[in-house]
Amino acid sequence: MIRRTLFEKVWDAHLVRPERADTPAVFYIDLHLIHEVTSPQAFSLLRERKLRARRPERAIATMDHSTPTTPRNPDGRLSIVDTQAATQIRQLETNCKEFGIRLFALGSDRQGIIHVIGPELGFTQPGRTIVCGDSHTSTHGAFGALAFGIGTTEVAHVLATQCLLQRKPKTFAIQVEGQLPHGVTAKDLILAIIARIGIGGGTGHVIEYTGPAIRALSMEERMTVCNMSIEAGARAGMIAPDDTTFDYLAGRPEAPQGPAWEQALKAWRRLPSDEGAAYDREVTIDASSLEPMITYGTNPGMVIPIRGVVPDSSNQTTQEKSLRYMGLRPGQRLLGHPIDVVFIGSCTNSRLSDLRLAASLLKGQKVAPGVRVLVVPGSQQVKKQAETEGLDRIFREAGAEWRESGCSMCIAMNGDQVQPGQYAVSTSNRNFEGRQGVGSRTFLASPLTAAAAAITGRITDVRELLK
Amino acid sequence: MKPIQIITSRCVVLPMENIDTDQIIPARFLKVITKNGLGQWLFADWRYDRDGAPRSDFVLNQPESAGAQVLVAGDNFGCGSSREHAPWALLDHGFRAVVSTSIADIFRSNALKNGLLPVVIDPETHRRLTAHPGATVTIDLEACTITLPDQTCTSFPIDAFARNCMLRGTDELGFLLAQEEAIAAYEREFS
Repeated sequence: MIRRTLFEKVWDAHLVRPERADTPAVFYIDLHLIHEVTSPQAFSLLRERKLRARRPERAIATMDHSTPTTPRNPDGRLSIVDTQAATQIRQLETNCKEFGIRLFALGSDRQGIIHVIGPELGFTQPGRTIVCGDSHTSTHGAFGALAFGIGTTEVAHVLATQCLLQRKPKTFAIQVEGQLPHGVTAKDLILAIIARIGIGGGTGHVIEYTGPAIRALSMEERMTVCNMSIEAGARAGMIAPDDTTFDYLAGRPEAPQGPAWEQALKAWRRLPSDEGAAYDREVTIDASSLEPMITYGTNPGMVIPIRGVVPDSSNQTTQEKSLRYMGLRPGQRLLGHPIDVVFIGSCTNSRLSDLRLAASLLKGQKVAPGVRVLVVPGSQQVKKQAETEGLDRIFREAGAEWRESGCSMCIAMNGDQVQPGQYAVSTSNRNFEGRQGVGSRTFLASPLTAAAAAITGRITDVRELLK
Repeated sequence: MKPIQIITSRCVVLPMENIDTDQIIPARFLKVITKNGLGQWLFADWRYDRDGAPRSDFVLNQPESAGAQVLVAGDNFGCGSSREHAPWALLDHGFRAVVSTSIADIFRSNALKNGLLPVVIDPETHRRLTAHPGATVTIDLEACTITLPDQTCTSFPIDAFARNCMLRGTDELGFLLAQEEAIAAYEREFS
């Protein structure tokens, strides 16, 4: 018997035509996620070639990147002040209408960050191939789907043919042993993994996260881990589906129902990697030894334990430029460093459990004087649930801003920005130069560490507050 | 896309590692619905000061960079976001090839689809190129080689299919559309 990994099972099941020396595989895509920023030129290409969308029912769209998160008008509408963004958003409406694609439009109760709404509506399912013109598509791998980011030309390929040309990536198992200590979250785990394998460590590979510490994670935590697979350069990240996955999916609007559910379960239970299946690369990490993590530089691989010091680096050019930008020096401790902004949100950490974590610390507390705290739920559904639980009140009473759903300050395209030179503790996924606004300086961390910083106004070891 | 056979050009060198696509073109310039004119925003936050004036210390603003078609960059070039605006901006500026010791997956895929040639070379050849900014190199796509000023010639890997598309200047969509029968058969059986 050929022993196959989870990835290989999903790969094999989607080959329309296998790869050959002179041609890549023709690879079938089950679900195509679309947003306003990376799709307009793809629809234009279809129009130029006089093509229709081949399977429009296999795509869904929403607006998230350049949408406002400021409070609604008294009439319940969201006003878009940026004319360029407004044009792009209108273009997506036109494109979806013309090509017959289901749109969860701005203002509707199912709008949100594409990587939050796909799972919460039940579109994201084990064994599916899922693509989106967005690198954080890796998020959906948490369900045992093969999900990866593509460019706009490929968005057009999928619209026109429901297929992509692909070379088979290599496989990479990351086995996480032990148990995450108190105060150490899924975000800290993935940051520690990136620290270990490096920002380019996953290039050309699909990662499968395995081991008891992964099994113990909730679906939302698994999404946080898979989300940042791309920050290690990986093509995708996957976690084998299990009862945690099935319990999450059961009853979701787009999940199979009745006999179809039973049939799907049977197929999904066959997906996990066969015992003894071989990977191209394997790494083992002990979760029990991990601490809260925080980035100090300008990529997610420049990350240290919260009580650590900024290291020296072998590449002086890169390190010097990065530390000059951040206003830090080698040997410096980050603990106690003052901060200006806290952002709790993004496709990494904007789900209900993330907001609950942050609220658990902020309850009855006040945001430190001079610190701006922005809490941006990942979707309208998350927002509604959080409000039902009273989390919005906890945030507001602490002095934080409670916003409408979207990508917001993670990518700073919608007016939510960190000002030049300001320091932000952010639960998002990228600390690149200028990512959160021109001149912004980002420390990536977990929702717990972010909430701790909001209270103290400084980089804080959240375990001190949890005692 | 324009066919590529041979590129002979001076190199512009950006030695930093892990240059991400947010540096290549910052997100605030992605609120567009066409591909046109993105070259003006290439490396915008490194190239211009806060008032929009060109920074004289940035290599693209120096006179010897004018007309260069080859960018030599540090390891893991193009990491981060999937934005195809990154290769669009590089091409619109006039670059036709990017040379590094490794290139991020999505960026490489996007580059190939637009006629921007990703050239991955060994660390020693790369070191020699970064040590001599402005050196003239010849990249031969037919032979898959890059030739340095001292005539040493190094080969680079490239997917055979993508290479043929670039040599002919054709895109992949035609090939995919021609698979209609196989796609329909797959759907009948599996979906």
